[in-house]
Amino acid sequence: MTRILVLIAAFLALLGWSGVVTAQEPLRVDVTQGNLDPMPIAVPDFVGVSDEAMRRGADITRVVANDLASSGLFAPVDQEAFIEDITNIDLRPRFSDWRVINADALLVGSVTIQEDGRLVVGFRLWDTRLEEQLLGLQYRTAPENWRRVAHRLADAVYERLTGETGYFNTRIVYVSEGRGIEGEPIRQLALMDQDGANPSFLTDRSYMALLPNYSPSAQEITYVSFLDGQATTYLYNLETGRQEALFASGGAGAASQVDPDGQSLSARFSPDGSELAVSIETRSGHDIHLFDLRTRNLQRLTQHPADDVEPSFSPDGERIVFSSARGGGSQLYVMDRDGSDVQRVTFGSGRYTTPVWSPRGDLIAFTKQIGGQFALGVVRADGSGIERILFEGYFVDTPAWSPNGRVLLFTRGEPRTNGTRYEIWSVDLAGFNLRRLATGGMASDPAWSPLIE
Amino acid sequence: MNIKLFAIAALGAFATACASTPPVDDTAPVRAPDPIVEPDPGPVDTGPGYELGSTAHFVEAAGDRVFFGLDRHDLSDEARATLRRQAAWLASYPDARILVAGNCDERGTREYNLALGARRANAARTYLISQGVDPSRVSTTSYGKERPTCMQSSETCWAVNRNAATTLVGGYTN
Repeated sequence: MTRILVLIAAFLALLGWSGVVTAQEPLRVDVTQGNLDPMPIAVPDFVGVSDEAMRRGADITRVVANDLASSGLFAPVDQEAFIEDITNIDLRPRFSDWRVINADALLVGSVTIQEDGRLVVGFRLWDTRLEEQLLGLQYRTAPENWRRVAHRLADAVYERLTGETGYFNTRIVYVSEGRGIEGEPIRQLALMDQDGANPSFLTDRSYMALLPNYSPSAQEITYVSFLDGQATTYLYNLETGRQEALFASGGAGAASQVDPDGQSLSARFSPDGSELAVSIETRSGHDIHLFDLRTRNLQRLTQHPADDVEPSFSPDGERIVFSSARGGGSQLYVMDRDGSDVQRVTFGSGRYTTPVWSPRGDLIAFTKQIGGQFALGVVRADGSGIERILFEGYFVDTPAWSPNGRVLLFTRGEPRTNGTRYEIWSVDLAGFNLRRLATGGMASDPAWSPLIE
Repeated sequence: MNIKLFAIAALGAFATACASTPPVDDTAPVRAPDPIVEPDPGPVDTGPGYELGSTAHFVEAAGDRVFFGLDRHDLSDEARATLRRQAAWLASYPDARILVAGNCDERGTREYNLALGARRANAARTYLISQGVDPSRVSTTSYGKERPTCMQSSETCWAVNRNAATTLVGGYTN
């Protein structure tokens, strides 16, 4: 425990962050610690009375252990090392058997299949040194939802041991990239679970789809479609599959205000889901607009001759960050939701783009391009100009926050002989735990869903 | 018709003559700006053939794209010269309508490049209009970095991909 606290303190000092963290719980992982010292956790296969229940138990165990390991904060102990054979989760484990293999935490679970086919999944999380139960929960669900339950269970364990909300029961919409027979670019929207399971396409190969963003309800996304020959903001209902062009020229309402040739770009939802912030092109350039999804009213927020693009709301909905070339090179600016009180928040050399406000409110993630290289960074939203680089490489684009604001997904490009290869990678807020997301082929433009109920 | 236009028309006639079988359809009216003296269709079998008023003619006579500097959307002297040729060609084919598409190299983020591509397309469009092309004939779009003509990750490729490309979208000879 002391060792963990020292590491936390050292890490916070490193980041220059104030505030004292006191750990009340017997076991505690600080999420800002990165992978300096992942907590060893033993996860024996969940027990079941029938073969089917045992198989499903092993499936769930695999998903839970993979979730926990992917965070970089936990190190599942090799099952080969286990001494005690868990057969009943209602009995106290032999803690010494788990301590001797250095498992600080022990997660045991069971799967029961009811007569109606529904699954009952129960688990207990133990502190092996204090020999105390930290958490015990039970879920009941339709059998096809077993992965959802596994992710929710992993989220519960993560939350109990870190004090932070989890992010495993989430989905990711992204752009699947490829090339057609005649070399034409293929950009399809794809959807998958956070761990890469259940992949599917949302759009076909006949037109390019780019830059998706999730609604706070996780039921809708916006994206940029080339269905109409130029970049146009679309709203896509994930439950019904219905989609509509929001600002296509010649339409009614807001559309009539848009120049026929004016493109509309990546639209981000306000925190309450009622409005979109979006950059729309006029003949004089691109300006940030606010679109009310209910009244269909379109309000122009910026009027600058320079291009204002990539708006993103603060989590309280009061401010909007965007990138603009108004100062010469592209930099990040924050303004009130009515367009007033514009403040510059980045001051470094290089080109700053793709600002995305953290769900926690204090930080803004960005892409920085300087000297032929790209970087993923975060800057304080308060205008103090203090920035931190999390990753540097050949190409970076489109950061996307985990719902708890502790992990960032981003597009990463690496040069290959036949062109740049794009993949989606994740990195935690401390700059550790760099991992490739399990997409099938080339991928970009990740959008991370909120936690799914 | 000024001298420059006459030169273009003559060039077109010459190129047509180069085709081994001039693609003339007797049943349809041939779209041409002025009566052209049909040269003797001798046994010449070299060089590309195209019809006057076609995309190939436009590309040959005017050039279909102008190039931009890194992160720039202002027109070079060379770009202006190309656009003046495009405007002249369009003056002799008054029914032709064009789409100017802005393109970018891959060394920028996606939305940034969509905006930059739009700037490039509009820079070309504005100049074409200043050269007498009716605004209603010129529409624009931006493909950002999504439709590169050169795929390698090299400065040579990136320079090629930083362009505004003009295509005929109506009122031309297929």
